[in-house]
Amino acid sequence: MSVIDGLNKAFDSRIRLGIMSVLIVNDSVDFNTLKETLDVTDGNLASHITALEKLNYLKVKKQFIGKKPNTSYLITTAGKKAFQAHLNALEALLKSSK
Amino acid sequence: MTEHKDRLNDLAEIRLMMERSSRFLTLSGLSGVFAGIYALIGAGAAHFYLMGSGHMSLNYYDRVRDLTGQINMDVLTFCILDALIVLVLSLVTGYYFTRKKTYKSNHKMWNAASKRMLASLSIPLVAGGLYCGILFMHGKVGLIAPATLIFYGLALISAGKYTLDEIKYLGVLEIVLGLLASVFPGYGLIAWALGFGILHIIYGLLMYNKYDRKAVSE
Repeated sequence: MSVIDGLNKAFDSRIRLGIMSVLIVNDSVDFNTLKETLDVTDGNLASHITALEKLNYLKVKKQFIGKKPNTSYLITTAGKKAFQAHLNALEALLKSSK
Repeated sequence: MTEHKDRLNDLAEIRLMMERSSRFLTLSGLSGVFAGIYALIGAGAAHFYLMGSGHMSLNYYDRVRDLTGQINMDVLTFCILDALIVLVLSLVTGYYFTRKKTYKSNHKMWNAASKRMLASLSIPLVAGGLYCGILFMHGKVGLIAPATLIFYGLALISAGKYTLDEIKYLGVLEIVLGLLASVFPGYGLIAWALGFGILHIIYGLLMYNKYDRKAVSE
């Protein structure tokens, strides 16, 4: 087994991969939309979000819409770079294994 | 080998999530079919109202103006009412089928993607509606039907970014039809029947076959 270069360990989980995919095509996404799109439970999603936040791949934005608190998430520049590098690595890997 | 499969699955997941979160994909094909049928009935009603049953000519230009060149208000009122009824029925039916399909696939009707789709759809439509009012002010009644086709086509293309890609082709066809109809303004009703009737039915059936039937049987 050769060493896999460029593939980011942080995106091993399919849920984290999903979160990044949603964030990269949207300006900002709130928790519930993310939950519905990925079809995961609250706790599961929250723990993956925290992991990505710790890596500084996403930013949390808390605000009030009317009187309701609303938490939404945005991708950071570092997150974008990391995700794109991961995509490139995936592509390279698939090409070489053909 | 399983590694390879895993990576392919990763890519499929990324693609699916990007699409699902940025596009509203549960527009129902059936709503297109019904909109087309209503439009054909509406166009038929206008044809018989304008022509009576005995006429074979399809040039309506002389029918809208009387001998002094004044616009016949009765005829115009009938045409506007006719078009409005078709529009309202199409919207209600479209909403009904789309809602059914959206809930069946466990999505929400009102999400970021559908909001963006409606916004990009309505900007060209509102501009077009105002422009048609201006055409009427100038008495260019013959150009109103072609203008509705052109602006509707532009609206579909702009909404295409946030829904099924294929809707762009429908948009292009509507624009071409609208431009042709502007060259021959007396044939607006024919262009209407083609653009809002026949094209909607064909597009609706194609989309129904491609996306909806699969979803129903799943």
